[in-house]
Amino acid sequence: MTCEEFVELVTAYLEGILSVQDRRAFDEHLALCAGCERYLAQFRTTIDLLGELPQESLSSPGRERLLDAFAEWRGTTETDAE
Amino acid sequence: VLRHAVSRHQPAGQETTQGLGSGEDEDGCATAGGPEGGARAVTSGRNVGRPDPAVGDATPPRAGPVEDDELVARLRAGDEAAFGDLVRRLHPTMVRLALTRVRSRAVAEEVAQDAWIGLLKGIDAFEGRSSLPSWLFRIVINRAISAGVRERAQVPVDTVELERHDGRFSADGWWVTPPAHWADRVLDGIVAPDLVARVHEEIANLPRGQQDVVTLRDVHGLTSAEVCGVLNISEGNQRVLLHRARGRIRAALEQEVME
Repeated sequence: MTCEEFVELVTAYLEGILSVQDRRAFDEHLALCAGCERYLAQFRTTIDLLGELPQESLSSPGRERLLDAFAEWRGTTETDAE
Repeated sequence: VLRHAVSRHQPAGQETTQGLGSGEDEDGCATAGGPEGGARAVTSGRNVGRPDPAVGDATPPRAGPVEDDELVARLRAGDEAAFGDLVRRLHPTMVRLALTRVRSRAVAEEVAQDAWIGLLKGIDAFEGRSSLPSWLFRIVINRAISAGVRERAQVPVDTVELERHDGRFSADGWWVTPPAHWADRVLDGIVAPDLVARVHEEIANLPRGQQDVVTLRDVHGLTSAEVCGVLNISEGNQRVLLHRARGRIRAALEQEVME
């Protein structure tokens, strides 16, 4: 396995869907290649950072509109039930 | 606009149908396998085991449905706190999904808001065949598309962004310039705050398909099967888009760290 092939397979590796053969070749390459070891570590760091992304909060006018809509929906639902 | 949309001038059944719209059924995830046999790949993946439990990529589907049951019950009961909580959790992702399909942030906001109205109209008929978030995301996507306000050209799965084209590999596939060493610095928290902002920026620069997949998978934490259902793409396509998105963001981070 070359470095280029290794890099193309990183997500498949992390998903756990490589064939037994590919998995072995991947692990062997990983054990011998510092560049690819670093690449894999950085890939994982990237995924971690994505997971920590602060979600921008909804603007308060938008939020109020939705809560108003919800209150109205609830009101009509209750009216329907009567 | 919202008030008009919410008012009940029609029989409930009819309104529900309109609220959900065509294609906004709950069966999205059932088609996740797609023509490439992705479902099979996922199954074999579980058999092989997880190469890295810490990353959590191959975790089994979350316990969403159980959580959903309670949430749906609370919404039906008119629990405003439950609704507000759900809005806080899902709205940003919904806007991002819409934003890749419409021209302005304002329109994306509107699409997301309309989807919430769709949720309220449809909640009584929701049967939980997909998770509540998956269902909402599909509503958003269908509405953003049918709104007909797409300005961006439809970008097919891009073929030009592979890292192999950046000259880092020799003709026979070995590193010419191996990745610079930065993971330790990042993990030490020395540069992390800047990097989070950089990640945010870079997602917005990705082609649409990559934005959708990486946001749903890595930012929002959906499983691959859920993402396939929401976006109606095959498991293989999903993986390619995810891989390219992650690769590009990694490259952007590297640039940031090394500057």
